[in-house]
Amino acid sequence: MAERVVDRHNEYLRIEGVSKRFGDFVAVDNVSLSIYKGEIFCLLGGSGCGKTTLLRMLAGFETPSSGRILIDGQDMAGIPPYERPVNMMFQSYALFPHMTVMQNVAFGLEQEGIDKNDIRRRVDDMLGIVKLGDFAKRKPHQLSGGQRQRVALARALVKKPKLLLLDEPLGALDKKLREHTQFELINLQEQLGVTFVVVTHDQEEAMTLASRIGVMNKGQIVQVGTPTDIYEFPNSRFVADFIGSVNMFEGKLIEDEPAHVRIGCPELETTVFVSHGISAPPEAPVTVAIRPEKIEMSRSAPVSGENHVTGVVKEIAYMGDMSIYLVRLSSGRLVRVTIPNVERHDERIVWDETVHLSWHPSSPVVLIQ
Amino acid sequence: MRQRGWFRGAMLALGLAFLYVPILSMIVFSFNNSRLVTVWDRDNSPTLRWYVRLLENDQLLGAAWISIKVAAMSACGAVILGTLAGVVLTRFGPFRGRAFLSAMTTAPLVMPEIITGIAMLLLFVALEQAIGWPSGRGMSTITIAHITFAMAYVTVIVQSRLAGFDDSLEEAALDLGAKPATVFFRITLPLIAPALVSGWLLAFTLSWDDVVIAQFVSGPGSSTLPMEIFSRVRRGVSPDINALATLMVLVVAVGVVLSTLYMRREEQRRSREERMAHNDGNP
Repeated sequence: MAERVVDRHNEYLRIEGVSKRFGDFVAVDNVSLSIYKGEIFCLLGGSGCGKTTLLRMLAGFETPSSGRILIDGQDMAGIPPYERPVNMMFQSYALFPHMTVMQNVAFGLEQEGIDKNDIRRRVDDMLGIVKLGDFAKRKPHQLSGGQRQRVALARALVKKPKLLLLDEPLGALDKKLREHTQFELINLQEQLGVTFVVVTHDQEEAMTLASRIGVMNKGQIVQVGTPTDIYEFPNSRFVADFIGSVNMFEGKLIEDEPAHVRIGCPELETTVFVSHGISAPPEAPVTVAIRPEKIEMSRSAPVSGENHVTGVVKEIAYMGDMSIYLVRLSSGRLVRVTIPNVERHDERIVWDETVHLSWHPSSPVVLIQ
Repeated sequence: MRQRGWFRGAMLALGLAFLYVPILSMIVFSFNNSRLVTVWDRDNSPTLRWYVRLLENDQLLGAAWISIKVAAMSACGAVILGTLAGVVLTRFGPFRGRAFLSAMTTAPLVMPEIITGIAMLLLFVALEQAIGWPSGRGMSTITIAHITFAMAYVTVIVQSRLAGFDDSLEEAALDLGAKPATVFFRITLPLIAPALVSGWLLAFTLSWDDVVIAQFVSGPGSSTLPMEIFSRVRRGVSPDINALATLMVLVVAVGVVLSTLYMRREEQRRSREERMAHNDGNP
């Protein structure tokens, strides 16, 4: 989750109030976004949230029903895909099955009418960068999934686009290969200085790849921010729930001070003290969100009485590096707690034990919408 | 188990007999020395007499040559028109009249041949009166008529092939800077080539054994082979027809066996390569 610096003065892609309707269905609903030169921007959302449609509008395969798309200051309306300064890496990779790796990568350059020797040199260079030099003569079906992915990447990057669109770039790879490829992708992006717009439904992928994430839901952008922003400071119930897992409790604002608030949550049978102010009307219904890893669990009661509840362990899922506990409070509510397995032989808490749960006042996030 | 084995064997024998006994009897009788087709001449058979006679029969050979030319030309025409129709129907999205075009291109599949034949004849006669073309009926009118009904089959084949492959391949080509015409010739055409080949072969076969439509739109001196055979058989089956049919069966059988062997070898090569790629591929 490396935070990379985004140069906000260098806007490269600008989406202005873009909507796309298919009949009565609104796939993309009035989206406005600025994407800056050299960043990896992830559009994150579930299936059918409109992220792929938005990407296809950037590539020129769909026309916006309203709104404007500007790339490097130029309005893209009416410009066909083959004249846009963008290239796309398809989810299925879309490698031409009747051409060798080399022919696939050369295809885009041939369309530019470049000298044959130049094409050869640039294709060789590119295949070297993605470490496929030995596979130039192979056909796509003679390659493994990871190699195909790199051919698709090479084919798009060899055109030296200013903007590369990637549709679920790691979706077709198995888990081990994904992690490896993620870092390769970031290295490549830094090496070539291309702006990436990535579409994904996988929050882990978005977290590791992105310099900024735009979370989409029902055709709209719900929140834009760095991976840390999105995870630590979600702005809505949807984002908090979509990214990672979270415990959410309905509550009511009891005490509203500039430096702290107190919220009454019937399910918690206690009030939650939050050490930062929020902007909400008094008595407004709010939601308190606490991440499972930010809850401490112990057999003995904590010193401070605040932000503290007791419950009984109902479920334990051992994941290796950590364990997930489901703790039932006396209100019947289940709370999810994750504890890293630091030591191998400590006395772990077991089923049906009574435990104390507590959290730091800075941990809860108060959500209004 | 034993009972099922017996049943299976019987079904296989019955099926094979149903399909191949008629052809087999025709082949056997083509070596019969007797002039009477159904009487086996025990003493002088087998003989190649009818095969020799066949090679001397200029009328039959001429008809066969006309048939080959008509079939080849109409297969080419049907593939060109059928491909255009198939591409338009699968790749141009919804447009006004799409459903109508779709229904109309496939209508000849279910249209009785005799109706196609009559309609074609009327059209040609009317055209000749109106613009003087085609002057009389002959090979060109047969070819046009055959294109009309074979095109429907090619359209269906091309359509299903196009629907079967990922249209992101064409989008990728556009994205890489290829203009739509380049995309068609460098990506779409090579990918649907197998469908074009099978469409061509099907159109060829359809034209080759059509007798009904050809009957209506042929003119003097342009009898195709099936027409010639048909008119001869009406005067009584002669043994040289058996010889001719046997040769045709031979050609078809050799073609089918060769293409099956080729396809199986290709498939084996491909799966071997895919296995290899999977094994050595991971970085």
